[in-house]
Amino acid sequence: MNSARPFAALPVLVVSAVMLAAMPALADSNSFMDPQGPVALAQKNHLIRATALIMIAVIPVLVLVPLIVWRYRRRKNSSAAYRPKWEFSPLLETTMWSVPVLIVAILSVYLWKATHRLDPYAANFGSDPAVEVQVVGLDWKWLFIYPELGIATVGEMGMPVDRQIAMELTTDTVMQSFLISALGGQIYAMPGMTTQLHLAASEPGRMQGENTQYNGRGFTGQKFDAVVMEADDFEAWVDTVRSKGRALDDDTYRILAQRSDRTEVQQALATPDMPETALYFTLPDAGLFDKIVHRYHNGTALPDADQPGTTSYGQEATQ
Amino acid sequence: MSSVESSTLFGRLTWDALPIAALLKNPGVNEIVANAAGGVLVGGAAVVLFILSYFKLWGPLWRDWLTSTDHKKIGIMYIVFALVMLARGVLEGVVMRAQQAAGPGDGFLEAGHFAQLFSTHGTIMIFFVAVPFVVGFINFIMPLQIGARDVAFPVMNQISLGLTVSAGMMLMVSLVVGEFSTGGWTAYPPYTGAAFNPGVGPDYWIWAIVVSGIGTTLSGINFAVTIYKMRAPGMGFLRLPMFCWTVICSSILIIFAMPPLGVAALLLAADRYLDFHFFTNDLGGNMMNYANLFWLFGHPEVYLLVLPAYGIYSEVFATFSAKKLYGYISLVIATMSIAVLSFTVWLHHFFTMGQSALINAVFGVATMLIAIPTGVKVYDWMATMYRGRIRLSVPMLYGIGFLILFVIGGLSGVILANPTIDYQVHNTLFLVAHFHNVLLPGVLFAMLAGVNYWFPKAFGFRLDERWGRISVLLWVVGFLFTFMPLYFVGLMGMPRRSFSWEDPSFHPYMITAVIGALIILSALLSVLVQLYISIRDRAQNRVPVGDPWDGRTLEWSIPAPPPAYNFAVLPQVRDRDAFAEAKENGTAYQKPTGYDDIELPRNTPIGFLLCVLSGVWMFALVWWIWWLALLVSVAMLLIIIVWSFGTETEIVIPAAQIKQEHEAWLDLVARTPAVDRDDETAPANLGYARPDMEGAT
Repeated sequence: MNSARPFAALPVLVVSAVMLAAMPALADSNSFMDPQGPVALAQKNHLIRATALIMIAVIPVLVLVPLIVWRYRRRKNSSAAYRPKWEFSPLLETTMWSVPVLIVAILSVYLWKATHRLDPYAANFGSDPAVEVQVVGLDWKWLFIYPELGIATVGEMGMPVDRQIAMELTTDTVMQSFLISALGGQIYAMPGMTTQLHLAASEPGRMQGENTQYNGRGFTGQKFDAVVMEADDFEAWVDTVRSKGRALDDDTYRILAQRSDRTEVQQALATPDMPETALYFTLPDAGLFDKIVHRYHNGTALPDADQPGTTSYGQEATQ
Repeated sequence: MSSVESSTLFGRLTWDALPIAALLKNPGVNEIVANAAGGVLVGGAAVVLFILSYFKLWGPLWRDWLTSTDHKKIGIMYIVFALVMLARGVLEGVVMRAQQAAGPGDGFLEAGHFAQLFSTHGTIMIFFVAVPFVVGFINFIMPLQIGARDVAFPVMNQISLGLTVSAGMMLMVSLVVGEFSTGGWTAYPPYTGAAFNPGVGPDYWIWAIVVSGIGTTLSGINFAVTIYKMRAPGMGFLRLPMFCWTVICSSILIIFAMPPLGVAALLLAADRYLDFHFFTNDLGGNMMNYANLFWLFGHPEVYLLVLPAYGIYSEVFATFSAKKLYGYISLVIATMSIAVLSFTVWLHHFFTMGQSALINAVFGVATMLIAIPTGVKVYDWMATMYRGRIRLSVPMLYGIGFLILFVIGGLSGVILANPTIDYQVHNTLFLVAHFHNVLLPGVLFAMLAGVNYWFPKAFGFRLDERWGRISVLLWVVGFLFTFMPLYFVGLMGMPRRSFSWEDPSFHPYMITAVIGALIILSALLSVLVQLYISIRDRAQNRVPVGDPWDGRTLEWSIPAPPPAYNFAVLPQVRDRDAFAEAKENGTAYQKPTGYDDIELPRNTPIGFLLCVLSGVWMFALVWWIWWLALLVSVAMLLIIIVWSFGTETEIVIPAAQIKQEHEAWLDLVARTPAVDRDDETAPANLGYARPDMEGAT
């Protein structure tokens, strides 16, 4: 076992290589490792570049530790030097400090530039006017409001290819975190507050979006399809939603906002015209998003009965 | 709150709070697992009570342990407590891995049960395994290394232990009465607020955190004062063993980092109990304040755990390479830099909360800066081994495993420091893999290395070498199998805390991870086997002289186990590795010129009383039994006041007794043959080391 120990690096590398190879390349991507838009692409490149740079500091450890242990292990008739009082070398010391300093300096420049370039609040993609989407996190589904188009959806977020999507996010319950990994993100969505996220997609396709912040039994089902379409298809999709959608009035919103997972809410609100995995709405009140955000700023306490996500607001279905 | 029924006598406690009630109503795997967990706990407690009664151990337990103010015994009790909690934490980890290893959409647990598992697992592993393990080692080792007879405030030390244990017991109680929080170890509101989680779960979390936080803060103050004020003559700061340097830094971190956590938890309690609105959605409440307060504590927290672990590794690398620690000053500077920098990076836990790119970039760079002193430390340890004479004993094997695995954790840490990448992998299993990658090899391996290294000092006999090696292998392999796959599913976008998943491509990774979890479970069992075999064979492994590893620092210069007063005569320190220097110059084991009476703190039951009462107090608050909470508050206050009037707080050990004991030991040293390092793990090693200097240059 003594001799096996120094090679502990080996299983790490083997296991890593096998797992990297096994990572599937999906046609409809769910991961930024198979990016479908400029943000995710930049994130993936940044990951690879940062990993490579850090390896300069890591590989010497993985290689030298086993070598040192092997060479200087205690044994009979060892020819290796033994200098028990040696405790300092100016040259070695300088190297030890300067290599990490240099790597971190280079990484910091990358970090600084990338963080500003990929700021989720910055609208960086093309000069065409952005598609505005207002996102409301509910337990356990995402509501997408297109205020300019007068529609709203659940379970399916349509978007045109190569055009900027400007999202504004909030929740009407606990905090959630919004991520479409293949495109970019993520950003928190918090009640009474708004955050922003700008994305673009470079190819038509269907990718998964999700909430990554645990919020109860429907958490793992709180996914949706981000559907990227050519411009014409997108317009057709908008027309479909508008024609097949039911009105998102106060009563409907009240049902939608209850603690229900995607299947339950689909049963409660779907009409036969709608697809099996999505809800389509028209928008009688274009100010719905602002109304949701401002509910928490009335200067009075919100009774539990008016707070989506609580048991008093809507009885949570048992499993 | 008003909607919950509550009686004057029992608050909101009813029979339905017992898991058996749910089993009777709704029998299923989920309820069986919950009841089995409660059953193991109750059964385990019953077995312990039976053993104590059968072997008539209550008296010794009370006299020698529960009322003891001896830092060594308090340290050992901390570590025993940590091991018990570690067993529960590991089991929970295995259950969670098993749940996730089931196929897409499958699993045997309900979401709420799974959420309790990840919440208790995190809370236990951080606050009731890592913290008591580290605090236990500091308690046992630090006074011995600086040549002190106890910590600065021995009774406060006992109270710290009492508060930590009673808080930990709340997590045990929550298994049997009611339920624990489902809000994760971070307990982010508004999810944990009264509106969304009116039950008792978050309250168990809050009070466990508040009370253990007070205990830990008192420990930090205690350790800092001990090092500042109680070093042996000649022990200047730059002669402190590296472990003690890490303790100074860790104590500073405790003192400054624990209060924000207590404040955050108490504000959350105000929201839940008193209808305040610090973190609610309405009336100006804002959960972002909670996130800031929590991580203002949370980031220094990981460094207050890992710095003493670095300290243990520093001792281990030097001793088992038979060499001075390379780059002492460099390591001191690096340790201090890490301590200071750890307060400047908390925002990286929520790069995704919507602050400006400038702020994210500043905190990202600050985070990466920590990699510099950390990298230097790793290189310094490598240089310590370089041109040494390395013995691959169990602590050293943990150290080598640590070096190799830890740099991978460092790699993923620097990756996460980049806000743009963090946007993608935040809240995914990549993050989970990262912090396990630094906490297992970084902290847990160090603790296990420390157990193997200092056990003979504490109990007078060495641990079994063979089973020690087996457990190193199992821990390393188990770690790799469990957490390497999580990096990859994390990159593939699997959120943490998922009780189920749909993407079939995750399956092989989850299967690998559960195999790893089982290997980790067997690693834990192998630690217990090692303990059992070592106790069984203790006669062959005794090291009464006290220096089984040819140690370099003062704790090895005294008998094993050490006498209550540690040092018959306080040592005079002339160099950095004081004991190694003494052995080299032939001044070790010398008969002192004279002895003085020694004053030691007297036993007191106050720590134990506060442990029990604070436990009752927390339970009463959790279940809204107001009269009991009030009664116990008054009782605790009275006990402290009454105790503070006591004047006979010390006992005196007469010089004659010390002379007799010490000289008996010196005679033993003179009779004992010195052993070469070849016989380090053989029965011949009675703890009298022959320094290994042949061929040294």
